[in-house]
Amino acid sequence: MSTVNLALPAVQVREIRINSITGYQGDADGLVAASRRGLKDKSRSFSQCLGCATSKAACMTILIQDGAVVSHGPVGCASCLHEFAFTYRVNSPLRGVESPARRRIFSTNLTERDTVYGGSAKLASAIREARGRTGANAVFVLTTCAAGIIGDDVESVCDQAEAELGIPVVAIFCEGFRSKVWTTGFDAAYHGIARKLIAKPERRRGDVINVINFWGADVFSDWFAPFGAKPNFITPYSTVGSLRHAGESAATVQACSTLGSYMGAVLEQDFGVPELPAAPPYGVAQTDRWFRALGKLLDKEEIAEKVIAEKKAKYLPRIRELREKLSGRTAYVTAGAAHGHALLDISGELGLKAVGAAIFHHDPIFDSGREENDQLAQRVGDYGNVPNFNVCNKQEFELVNALNRIRPDVLLARHGGMTLWGAKLGIPSLLVGDEHYGMGYEGLVNYGERVAEVIENDEFVRNLAKHAINPYTRWWLERDPDYFLAGGGAK
Amino acid sequence: MNGIIEQQRYTCAIGAMQSVVAIPRAVPILHSGPGCGDMIGGFFERSTGYAGGSTSPCTNFGEREVVFGGTDRLRQIISNTYKVLDTDLQVVMTGCTAGIVGDDVESVVSEFRDEGRPIVSVETAGFKASNLEAHSLVVNAIIEQYTALFEDENPMRSEPNTVNLLASVPYQDPFWKGNLREYKRLLAGVGLRANTLFGPDSGGTAEWRSIPRSGFNILVSPWHGKPIADALEARYGQPCLWYPHIPVGANETEEFLNQVVDFALESGAEIDERGARAFIARERAAYYEEIDNLATFLLEFRYGLPNHANIFHDAGYVQALARFLLHEVGIVPKEQFITDGTPKKYHDKIRAEVSAHSGRRVVPIYFEPDAGKAQDILRGITHPGRGLIIGSGWDRELARERGADFLSAAAPTPYRLVMTTNYAGFSGGLRVIEDIYHNVLSTYK
Repeated sequence: MSTVNLALPAVQVREIRINSITGYQGDADGLVAASRRGLKDKSRSFSQCLGCATSKAACMTILIQDGAVVSHGPVGCASCLHEFAFTYRVNSPLRGVESPARRRIFSTNLTERDTVYGGSAKLASAIREARGRTGANAVFVLTTCAAGIIGDDVESVCDQAEAELGIPVVAIFCEGFRSKVWTTGFDAAYHGIARKLIAKPERRRGDVINVINFWGADVFSDWFAPFGAKPNFITPYSTVGSLRHAGESAATVQACSTLGSYMGAVLEQDFGVPELPAAPPYGVAQTDRWFRALGKLLDKEEIAEKVIAEKKAKYLPRIRELREKLSGRTAYVTAGAAHGHALLDISGELGLKAVGAAIFHHDPIFDSGREENDQLAQRVGDYGNVPNFNVCNKQEFELVNALNRIRPDVLLARHGGMTLWGAKLGIPSLLVGDEHYGMGYEGLVNYGERVAEVIENDEFVRNLAKHAINPYTRWWLERDPDYFLAGGGAK
Repeated sequence: MNGIIEQQRYTCAIGAMQSVVAIPRAVPILHSGPGCGDMIGGFFERSTGYAGGSTSPCTNFGEREVVFGGTDRLRQIISNTYKVLDTDLQVVMTGCTAGIVGDDVESVVSEFRDEGRPIVSVETAGFKASNLEAHSLVVNAIIEQYTALFEDENPMRSEPNTVNLLASVPYQDPFWKGNLREYKRLLAGVGLRANTLFGPDSGGTAEWRSIPRSGFNILVSPWHGKPIADALEARYGQPCLWYPHIPVGANETEEFLNQVVDFALESGAEIDERGARAFIARERAAYYEEIDNLATFLLEFRYGLPNHANIFHDAGYVQALARFLLHEVGIVPKEQFITDGTPKKYHDKIRAEVSAHSGRRVVPIYFEPDAGKAQDILRGITHPGRGLIIGSGWDRELARERGADFLSAAAPTPYRLVMTTNYAGFSGGLRVIEDIYHNVLSTYK
């Protein structure tokens, strides 16, 4: 059954739509098997601050070159969004944006009075003001807990503003309290964008491939060139115009299936753009499959074989050297779902022994419904099982507990706030922010060099560990990491 | 502060969780939606402290709690916080979700307090107040629900030479740590022991318990923190010296310390007045030794230095820096933008303060929490000569557009790391000068 229904203003949350979970303790193999059988989530009787859907929706809209964003809520709900203004500016050269325009981020600044009388009028005037001040080609409206609970009719306000202003005004329903899986915020943004921006295709272009990603360096232009195609990025550094044509592309690929699960399915099911039936290209085996799937989809299989052969000739020798160097070392991975699986692929390929993982949530199957996109299954198949596999919902206390027991040789991370604890325990820790960095054959070289460097240069973490401040009790560190998870030691 | 805001320079009430983070070994426990702590962490950056950021317990209010209420969940999270985290003070703070749903948080918290736990509750729904306002709510809640329990052991005003210092709002003032440390040093120099309440130089919860002992209070702020001073005066009879802006540089620091000495003597402190005034004189002399050296550079540097400044900051820094730049650096303050949501009732007072210090000029002051709009106002104004913009990370682009020099000194900013630097005091003035001209000189290739 399709998880996509663009007739509705809001997307269903992941827990309901694809049965995503936020609590699991076991091994990767068991999780893959359980995902096929039907997975049941577990709650925790202790929890720490999570991320929020609204900031995820923000990141997929603020980085659109010619849009403006209005957060409909108290001023606090737009607090961290300035970080995306920095990201946009700093990474613009990696995407060929020569003079990055300033980011336009507004808050309706709801106050107590608005929670009583409603904030719709304020939202309407904020949209008008945002358009007037910026001349943006689209205004994105992000909802928040307060706006959601008081029941403002955001959809109607946006529709009226759209009629008045003559530009798309996109309502995005991303209240934090709706979902424990904050990547629902990505889905919410894509849902709004698909409803209001993407046009029904009048033609199919063989030379454009959608890439759903974050803000990493553009590797795809080079990769697609032999196939006579170029990337259409969704959504960071896109334009309202480029998004409008996303429905015309020949295919959609993902940098991270957790991120793009929903958008990939929307583009396929509502706009006829096939999603590549392969998990993203992390690790040699999966990169082979990925290029082959791409060749097949574009009907250019011989080109795919040529690309694979050339790239392997170029990169495999160095990958082998790195594998020899790193072989036998142990690694622990922490990241959002699919990218965590990607880091486990990379570790496997580089000869690192994965001794555990703290992955933020788990999607048993993506919106495409295709098992060949299941990156964890692919990881287990290609490189073997991963023990101590914890779906941790970014709960630091569980990570600290697990790291303290497992003491890997290196901690591999993707998201901020988690590497600190590796370092505090004296474990060399590597966070690579660019999601494309470890992708493809060359990515294994990139990433492998960094891992080797981090393991070698451990003086800083050793010194830090000697002086680290630890707020966690000894009692807690002596419990099992799943103690507060339903079924764990706590009653 | 009811209009829309572009480029916010402050955050909502739950942002005052950083005031808890700033108390050694204290923990904020959020009864809020899942993202609130993350939002605040992202606003301030590098703001985890002992148990903030991803360490802070949170009920992560969901659909279920919105429908059925979240007090059971809160009880569970608090009780397990004691098992997992080793802390001296717990401050339970509500977000919008709990606020709108109407959870009776205090009744849950009082169960733990009745068991002897050092725990406090405070309503900080984001729509109720800004973080600057909520700082006072948090401090007053701790005094009412924690300090008050120890009043028998801490007789009122029993230490005439001790003062409670109410100054920087932690993290919102990027220089809070350094400023508090410098105030403490200066006050020690004139014979007073200062409770700074926040930061590594404070005495943690023991110091909070001793608040009633202080002979008097010092409030260094144009408006925020006033409710704390008022509450302490009503509760413990402690009079308050209200210095309305941050003393930066020699003129203001000298004035500040002299007022402190006068006030301390009036309030019954036993300090050696001659020694105190001599300390101030020594500090001033050390300051002017540096300025004397610097003056040649300011007067003779041939390749261009800024002659005027526009500041985007909170009221305390706008007042302080405008005065300082004019009198002690020779940079003329032009339009000033106060972006902290200062309540209207303080506007006239602050306007008068800024202009009064130079009888010869009126400095245009804009109270504009909508900093995007404030920037647009400045876009419509030009001045001859090289400009300097002091502000948050957002203002860097504006400075670039105008070809102005830029100093990052306000939240939020991804362009600067501050650890223990102070801008308050004599040494703070010198540091401001260093920072401005470091940036200016680094534009020369």
